[in-house]
Amino acid sequence: MMGRFVLRRFGLALITLALLSVLVFIGTQLLPGDVGRRVLGPFATQESVDALNARLGTDRPPLVQYTDWIGGAVTGDLGDSITFARPVTELVGRALINSAKLAALAFVIVVPLSIWGGILAALRRGRLIDRLITVGGLSATVIPEFVSGIVLILIFAVTLGWLPGTASAPRGSGFFTQMRHLLLPAICLTLVLFGYIARITRAGVIEAMEADYTRTAILKGLPRRVVIRREVLRNALLPTIAVVASQMGYLIGGLVVVEVLFSYQGIGQLLYSAAQNADFPLLAGGVLVVGAMFQGSMLLADLAYSWLNPRIRLAGSG
Amino acid sequence: MTAQTAITHPALEVRDLALEYRIGPDWKSALRDINFTVERGESFGLVGESGCGKSTVAMAIMHYLPRNGRVTQGSIRLAGRDVTDLSPRELRDLRVNKISMVYQNPGTALNPSIRIGRQVEDVFELMGVPAREREGRVRQVLDKVQIADPIRVMRRYPHQLSGGMLQRVVIAMAIASRPALLILDEPTTGLDATVEAEVLDLVRDLRDEIGTSVLFISHSLAVIRKMCDRVAVLYAGRLMAVGPTEETFNNPSHPYTVGLLRCLPSPETGRRDETTLDTIPGFLPPLGAEITGCIYAERCGNVQDICREVEPELIPVPGDSVSRCHFWDRAQELPRTVPEAAPRRERSEETLLAITNASKTFVQDGAPVYALHDIDLEIRVGETVALVGESGSGKSTLAKVLLGIHAPDDGTVIALSGKGLSAKVAQRTQGEIGAIQMVFQNPDSALNRRHSVRRIIGRAVRLLRREGRKETDDRTKNLMREVRMGSQHLLAKPRQLSGGLKQRVAIARAFAGTPALVICDEPTSALDVSVQAAIINLLAELQAEENVSYLFISHDLNVVRYIADRVAVMYLGRLMEVGSSPRVFAGPHHPYTEALLSASPDLEEDTRIRLEGEIPAASNPPSGCVFQTRCPRKIGVICETVEPPLEEAEPGWFKRCHIPIEELRLLQGQPPAEVTADPATT
Ligand code: SF4
Ligand code: SF4
Repeated sequence: MMGRFVLRRFGLALITLALLSVLVFIGTQLLPGDVGRRVLGPFATQESVDALNARLGTDRPPLVQYTDWIGGAVTGDLGDSITFARPVTELVGRALINSAKLAALAFVIVVPLSIWGGILAALRRGRLIDRLITVGGLSATVIPEFVSGIVLILIFAVTLGWLPGTASAPRGSGFFTQMRHLLLPAICLTLVLFGYIARITRAGVIEAMEADYTRTAILKGLPRRVVIRREVLRNALLPTIAVVASQMGYLIGGLVVVEVLFSYQGIGQLLYSAAQNADFPLLAGGVLVVGAMFQGSMLLADLAYSWLNPRIRLAGSG
Repeated sequence: MTAQTAITHPALEVRDLALEYRIGPDWKSALRDINFTVERGESFGLVGESGCGKSTVAMAIMHYLPRNGRVTQGSIRLAGRDVTDLSPRELRDLRVNKISMVYQNPGTALNPSIRIGRQVEDVFELMGVPAREREGRVRQVLDKVQIADPIRVMRRYPHQLSGGMLQRVVIAMAIASRPALLILDEPTTGLDATVEAEVLDLVRDLRDEIGTSVLFISHSLAVIRKMCDRVAVLYAGRLMAVGPTEETFNNPSHPYTVGLLRCLPSPETGRRDETTLDTIPGFLPPLGAEITGCIYAERCGNVQDICREVEPELIPVPGDSVSRCHFWDRAQELPRTVPEAAPRRERSEETLLAITNASKTFVQDGAPVYALHDIDLEIRVGETVALVGESGSGKSTLAKVLLGIHAPDDGTVIALSGKGLSAKVAQRTQGEIGAIQMVFQNPDSALNRRHSVRRIIGRAVRLLRREGRKETDDRTKNLMREVRMGSQHLLAKPRQLSGGLKQRVAIARAFAGTPALVICDEPTSALDVSVQAAIINLLAELQAEENVSYLFISHDLNVVRYIADRVAVMYLGRLMEVGSSPRVFAGPHHPYTEALLSASPDLEEDTRIRLEGEIPAASNPPSGCVFQTRCPRKIGVICETVEPPLEEAEPGWFKRCHIPIEELRLLQGQPPAEVTADPATT
């Protein structure tokens, strides 16, 4: 059953990705019309435009272009960036590693913190700490990143001088220096995510605490500690996992803003500059890779969710 | 265990217990002056309608009150030990070793993400059984609750087991420690009658075997009567009467008990054309209402002036009982609330609805599920046809096919007053839709919570009649009168109404377009007995006034016997027996009907036919007769190979069984045909 579920879910991800590639292709290589003209501008000679189109292959029929592009993508070749004159895979790969560092730090901070906050709020329902976490988390969620980012920079970098205001560490810095640089942007992302995750966790815990099976466990004589860990958390964290995964989508959007704000060489920044410079191959390749990452993480989240939930895992074998 | 203390003290002693709930800023009294004792080895019943506080008593004993509840007075002694102030440690110890509980809804009582085996093992772990012995003990205790294949069940998750099986698991966990006191809170509510019967037998056997005392909480008088030595009747947080079960029910000394018993249709009370059901007027007072005098005075037909001034004590009465009534000796003279004369109605032989050759096959995960098969049923004008059978027998699917919610398989013919009816509701005319309406079991989910009563009924009237505003309004008010609701309820929202009133709104809505057929799907099973009686009376009156037909789906055979003209028994999507209600109840019965009838808690255990196992999956029905896997009367290979047809064995009586009727008669110990030929004996 689980095997079939995995297969089906995997197939679904592939189909979504294929659709995405078509959309990306249409958006970046068909819609702009004459790609060479868009890149070189209105004052370039027709010959140089034609030459660029020939070099990029954008003078060929769309179907050929697409199969060529997607064929390359599968084998790891996404063409060359126009502005950087380097392979797209290389640029995207380097930017991804940077972004992954930032995202990982943000997740390492936000996931335990918000889950813990959510549990605490649930166990102290109606008390001050609960209100602080829920109301505070919610308020932080609605502040846009560029506002909270600037405030953070003003306080911690400019006024107090505790943390660097840019995210990029000097070349060859060690792990801790890099992390120190990433701390402010990561906090900026944390502020947005904390409220969501904490709220879902809180709701899940409260629901599980009030569930009949929790009553059974308590009246069986299980210690409160065990009840909370085994009965409550196991069931309560299921929806949390789904939320954490769905926040991947936000994270990628949020990364663009935060990376630009903290001038960090991540994927967000890269896509942003590619769009600004009409660097279509880079834009197309970058979006495709990000889409694949997004699908992949959703897939993992679904698998984790269903593995933890026997009702899904064993569906059909009842 | 602690044998010395056990001998000297009763298992449970509740003294002067009072308890409050905080609602908003105020503390409201929920229990007052609760006094009872459960002797060692005794089964004690706590019976009452919803809101009377019976579950609160259980939770107070378990020391598991909601955050807004507190005990304000009194003591609860378990084997001599007061449990109202224990340290958390002592409390856990108590729950592990001395007292356990079985809950109403086994489907939610177990953790969905932990295997059964592990959840049962917990109990032994807490008791301090060494790890290597635990698995064996789990197997033993599952064996004890008659789970056939414990090893397999241990590996399962709760959602993979049926309700009856889950309740066995919960019972296993509860008896594992051989507790001094076992509390069962509505343990069979929501289970099929056949499963209920098995679970009740099991509880009885276990009690006799391990000698535990039982506190049995139920709204069902029949279940309490079957299970308990003594019983306490609870009303509005107070004990009204306590005494031996037989005495309390056969010779009641409190008007409330008398009223409750009269609300219940039983084989002794007449059928709906002979008598109405008596009801209890009025409503339960709100939680914490300050009432001087007898709390039941508002609803009591015996009330005197003194009742409103002085609250009666629990007065000792003959038969080793107590009654909280100044005039206990007059309790049984309680006047009827509802005149006895039943509404007169016209009967007709004209066919209203005929469904022929009906089948319904669903496709689930690529495999067919045979939900209905070869159904032929007629409903006559003004007639009530009851549909009975365990859950999963296809009753609701048949209802949905008639309503056009599910399109039946090709070949099915539905005719209304002789005219063919489209299979899909979307293709039916406004008039045809109005002609077949439905009343659901749970009015809460059927009524739009945000709309007022006027709007809910008015909308149905407008949709089904398409008249002007004035006519719509008049008809709405008329319907309200017909379902005996005052105009003060017109603007109320469903949540402001009691369950009975909500069901009245649902009935009014079903009658908005002058229906020819109303399908009632367990219309009273979510209601208290006093409310149930009023709703059944109402349905009977409406039928007499409007000459409407009912298809009445119910698991309560006493209600069916009272209200139905004909009965259709379903099993696994097939009709097994169809006949006039007196005929079906008198027998000889189809073997399945026989088993259903004998599952009733009114009957004693030894006369019972047990149904083995569970209803098979409709995706894979047994070969031959679909009942053969469980049939106690199976006659041999023919049952496994040839499916019997639904044949008319007597005029108007159909059965689907290979056993000839004369033989059924003999098997079921009935006198031969000549003697029962006189129809008056039915
Ligand atoms: S005390 Fe009076 S009002 Fe109360 S139950 Fe007895 S007769 Fe009825
Ligand atoms: S046909 Fe056979 S198995 Fe079916 S009900 Fe009759 S006796 Fe039982």
